[in-house]
Amino acid sequence: MSTSTAQGPATDVAPAPEQRPGGRLPRWAPWAAFVAALAVAYLVGLATSTNVVLLVIYTVVIGTAGLYVASRIVEGPRRAVDRLVTCLVSSAFGIAMVPLVSLAYEVIRRGVLRFDGEFFGASLVGVIGEGGGAYHAIMGTLIITLLTTLISVPIGLLTAIYLVEYGSGRLKRAITFFVDVMTGIPSIVAGLFAYALFVIFFGAGIRLGIMGAVALSVLMIPVVVRSAEEVLKLVPNELREAAYALGVPKWRTIVKVVLPTAIAGLGTGVTLAIARVIGETAPLLVTVGITNGTNLNPFEGRMATLPVYAFYQLTQPGVPPENAIDRAWTAALILIMLVMGLNVVARLISRFFAPKTSR
Amino acid sequence: MKLSTKTRATTLSVALASTLALTACGASNETDNASSSGEDGGLSGTLVGAGASSQQAAMQGWSAGYNSVQPDVTVNYDPVGSGGGREQFLAGGTDFAGSDAALDEEELAEAEERCGASGIFELPNYIAPIAVVYNLEGVEDLNLSPETVAGIFNQQITTWNDPAIAADNPDATLPDQAITPVNRSDESGTTENFTEYLAAAAGEAWPHEPSGDWPVSGGEAAQGTSGVVSAVEAGAGSIGYADLSQAGDLGVANIGVGEEFVEPTAESAAAVVENSETLEGRGEYDFAIELARDTTESGNYPIVLISYHVGCIEYEDQETADLVKDFMTYVVSEDGQQAAAEAAGSAPISDALREQAQSAIDAITAA
Amino acid sequence: MTVTSPPQEPTAPPPVRRPGDRIFSLSAKGAGILILVILAGVTLFLLAESFPALTAPAEEIPGEGGLASYVWPLIFGTLLSAAIALLVATPLAVGIALFITHYAPRRLAQVLGYVVDLLAAIPSIVYGFWGIAWLAPRLVPFYRWLEENLGFIPLFAGPVSPTGRTMLTIGLVLAVMILPIVSAISREVFSQVPTLHTEAALALGATRWEMIKMAVIPYGKSGIIGGAMLGLGRALGETMAVAIILSGSAAGITFALISSANPQTIAANIALQFPESTGIDVNTLIASGLVLFVITLLVNMLARWIVNRRADFSGAN
Repeated sequence: MSTSTAQGPATDVAPAPEQRPGGRLPRWAPWAAFVAALAVAYLVGLATSTNVVLLVIYTVVIGTAGLYVASRIVEGPRRAVDRLVTCLVSSAFGIAMVPLVSLAYEVIRRGVLRFDGEFFGASLVGVIGEGGGAYHAIMGTLIITLLTTLISVPIGLLTAIYLVEYGSGRLKRAITFFVDVMTGIPSIVAGLFAYALFVIFFGAGIRLGIMGAVALSVLMIPVVVRSAEEVLKLVPNELREAAYALGVPKWRTIVKVVLPTAIAGLGTGVTLAIARVIGETAPLLVTVGITNGTNLNPFEGRMATLPVYAFYQLTQPGVPPENAIDRAWTAALILIMLVMGLNVVARLISRFFAPKTSR
Repeated sequence: MKLSTKTRATTLSVALASTLALTACGASNETDNASSSGEDGGLSGTLVGAGASSQQAAMQGWSAGYNSVQPDVTVNYDPVGSGGGREQFLAGGTDFAGSDAALDEEELAEAEERCGASGIFELPNYIAPIAVVYNLEGVEDLNLSPETVAGIFNQQITTWNDPAIAADNPDATLPDQAITPVNRSDESGTTENFTEYLAAAAGEAWPHEPSGDWPVSGGEAAQGTSGVVSAVEAGAGSIGYADLSQAGDLGVANIGVGEEFVEPTAESAAAVVENSETLEGRGEYDFAIELARDTTESGNYPIVLISYHVGCIEYEDQETADLVKDFMTYVVSEDGQQAAAEAAGSAPISDALREQAQSAIDAITAA
Repeated sequence: MTVTSPPQEPTAPPPVRRPGDRIFSLSAKGAGILILVILAGVTLFLLAESFPALTAPAEEIPGEGGLASYVWPLIFGTLLSAAIALLVATPLAVGIALFITHYAPRRLAQVLGYVVDLLAAIPSIVYGFWGIAWLAPRLVPFYRWLEENLGFIPLFAGPVSPTGRTMLTIGLVLAVMILPIVSAISREVFSQVPTLHTEAALALGATRWEMIKMAVIPYGKSGIIGGAMLGLGRALGETMAVAIILSGSAAGITFALISSANPQTIAANIALQFPESTGIDVNTLIASGLVLFVITLLVNMLARWIVNRRADFSGAN
């Protein structure tokens, strides 16, 4: 598979007995190995059933094996193992790309079918079969996410301020630890918590928009705390000390000096935290439920939200199913766009709002 | 630096706010009730119901159709499930309930508190035939006796060329292929009715109690009716149970009733409901029925799901009474049943059932 | 966790405590305490709402066998799916982390890291959509091959599910979902390996793999373990993807990974049954949620303990 001076006599500098340092594969050897493997795989594919996935798998396996054998003959086992690991590690990354690419492709392909004006302008009231949209669900998602942010950001930010600026001793350690633990609460448990909380006051079977916001807050607060804490720690102490030296009270130092300095990082963190909860389905499923009409009041009755809407359109599509299933995929596409959009916004915030250090 | 940050922050929030404002212009298909009052039918108000999700699609058809008659009445139906629907109705939270099962003794007692001495109405207004759907190449017609259906779903009959199936289908060529039974993974009225049928009609072959949760382990389980249908579509040799309206291109088995095999249709499903006995000892207008699952009558298809509308005969205020009366009249009318059939694929009720229901509806009054 | 060491306690504020200062520091402290209260509240309210199920007679619990026999197969399903996910994801995530930190061109590394993190941004319900529409049907031929050739192993016992909505599929989907978190934490640890260690290894003539084996892996071991545990916590609580994809039933305990009969997971079971449940059924579901909460809490506390322990002594290096 490669030009080689294999079996060359061992030179005098061999440090280990099992190594054959005589040869070194040329730089193009890995490429050659995989091109050859592709050819072999293609022939095998012709003989058996051809399939792109199998072709790729065969190519990678044959190429890796070929390269390993060639390297072992020419360069000795140590380098051969090194090359093998390089192949394995690179394929690990390649494998991770398969779901990402196929998911994006599938969601876009099926999502664009109903990506039209009616989808954004109409709800499901009186819709039978074709047409209809997710206006009510989009509004519900926006309202509940906004409420969640209003609850989570003050609590999360104040907690981070406490941890960085005031906290000490056991309370600080306890809060840090439990915030970490809280990031691991399963989302459905957060939903059950909100349900259990409201049931005590409103009786069984209650479904309210605000319950969803409470459930999502349980998930969002720890994310806000963690990111705000990191950012606040980055604010140089010199700034604080300068403010104290001028006789500025501590709280005004925090509000007027520390927070403005950290505003870019805080904005990024909050945006990412919103992105984290906006696609949550399970907690909303058990607390907010679903409805066909537009309900903009989170304190009364069920609300539709985009993820739950997508879930029910897919699993309970009605007659004939195609229309609802198309709506479900479009809802999924919008969800992905929302999350990705928020991620981009987060990056933009950190780029444009970052304090320009003159250093 | 600080100033510019602020300006940019303001620009950003203004941009965000205007995006929100743009979207907040209301759904194009929802009309404002207050704007056009007092035309057509003359009634106005909001009617609130909750209950079985099985009749949600039908309810969408009804509320859409009813809206063209009474544009100022909004019908809200909350698909919380049968149990939740009954609970909310009895607690006075809703005006009527949709339920896949009739009220039990305890609930009837509660209903007396809710509605007073004149009692309640229970009308079987939604009838949906449940089809046994299968995916088997080369077999166009499939006849299955109750015992065979039970054997298949109980996983005693595991291949398509089993003698029991062959006995039901002497003319078909059955392949030597494994049967994959598909059931619902979520708790559902469909499962409850299907197992009820098996328990009643299949005798020894079905040793399980009727239940909303599928009692047999080891089958393919799928979420929702559509999940079952797509699972059966995807798997050659699969068989499942699903609303007839959603069977699509799948094969639909004829079910053994007495000496013959009956095809599930709207007529055969309505027929079995009509021929079932009304439960005794309940209110005058309580038309809860005991479905004749083990019927042997010709042309009756026994695997149906019925969903009731439950409400009071006597409401506290005139407005609610009028609304319930008018809406229920529409629901049982030919138009209403047709609307449900289009929206949900249900079987329209027969004229006899309609007359019976109308007698209850006419009795609705305000205290 | 990146560059930070906590700032030194800022020099003492002015001796006069102004009311503004009191209010501000108290509200900050209050917010911190509120978080502890919320966490305690989650436990208490779940306990309160699951109490009726804990005390109810066995025949009122769905399945009529009592709470333990209702929850146990669910616990089993939850653990099994998460275990598969962990087995698949950990080596893959370590490979990805190594690729990004030690193999990929320096300039590309950050972008590649961001691409992997995108996997974490995708909502779990979309994973469900993808799993049932794209992945599951494509796995069926592979499962058939497994059954034909490895069917003698109980794990791959037939009959194969014709739709591919099996425990193994769920394991793979969960693996994809926890990949970003495990690889992110491994990446962080790998990039913290002291350059002295790696350069010393290379200077001794080690190949890149030998350097990784000698310097990077030992240093990052606890980070990998901690990351894997965090991933485990995530996989245990994953709801919607499982609810949509898995063909879960009352199958009880089975290790057959590619057949139609699979135990359901706690979280997915709640999502599927909750919307239409009433009365004692709701309490039973909340009780199962409490069990899930306790399991994930233990796993996460262990994970944090491992990760934090590493952070403690890494400063000394």
